[in-house]
Amino acid sequence: MTESGIGEKEIDLRIKILKEDAKKRGYNLNTDELLVRELVSGILINKKRYGFESCPCRLTIGKKEDNIDIICPCDYREQDISEYGCCYCALYVSEDVEAKKKTAEPIPDRRFERQDSENHKVPDNCAGIKNLRLKYPIFRCRVCGYLCARENPPQICPICKAVSEKFEKYL
Amino acid sequence: MTQWTHVAGKGNRNLKLYALSTCGHCKKTKEFLDESKVSYDYIYVDLLSQDELEKVYSEMKKYNPRGSFPTILIEEIDVIVGARIDEIKRLIDLND
Ligand code: SF4
Repeated sequence: MTESGIGEKEIDLRIKILKEDAKKRGYNLNTDELLVRELVSGILINKKRYGFESCPCRLTIGKKEDNIDIICPCDYREQDISEYGCCYCALYVSEDVEAKKKTAEPIPDRRFERQDSENHKVPDNCAGIKNLRLKYPIFRCRVCGYLCARENPPQICPICKAVSEKFEKYL
Repeated sequence: MTQWTHVAGKGNRNLKLYALSTCGHCKKTKEFLDESKVSYDYIYVDLLSQDELEKVYSEMKKYNPRGSFPTILIEEIDVIVGARIDEIKRLIDLND
């Protein structure tokens, strides 16, 4: 057991799963193994402390509903990797950073930038689309952008494995 | 009681580190300060009770409105956001 009460084996296992998932889904974990270990241990501590796996480098305040965006992988991972070469914690890095062609520098937290998820929704002036009478609503995964048309969002995103809370009704 | 921990070391400037106990960048920053053997104070905001957390966090946000970690405050004036080791080095040296 580490001082945080999270077992070393539990951390090892999670790192192994994350590595495999990352490869399969086109993501890369940081090659700095020590950093990865610390971050994964932070995620597991948060799970124990708050009941959900919130970002280890951000402060979790309040209820789960107020922190869905920072459940790892957070809603900001995609944008940060493409813009800066790594996610905010630097757990995930771009291919270039992984291949050591670029280094991951500390980056700003875009969480509180004015970019409410409304921005990603279909704008009001597309009334034609809005008024479509869909047989099924369309849900969007906030982590990877996957769209699906069904009664309810899936339990787990089939593309990036995000939890069902990460889905928003898109249309 | 607000739980600042004092680390004794060189210099007597007022150096404060607001950190999260789970955060890799915070750890890196703290390690750098420890290695430089400067005197400083740190606090793990995520480990505070709710009342203390609100108090300390709003105080920190006066200096870093985005509320991100680590935040370093030097002499209540200079603010460094993130593990910008070079900048910390520069500011610490400057004040020597
Ligand atoms: S993906 Fe987001 S939540 Fe997960 S470690 Fe990176 S910044 Fe933190």
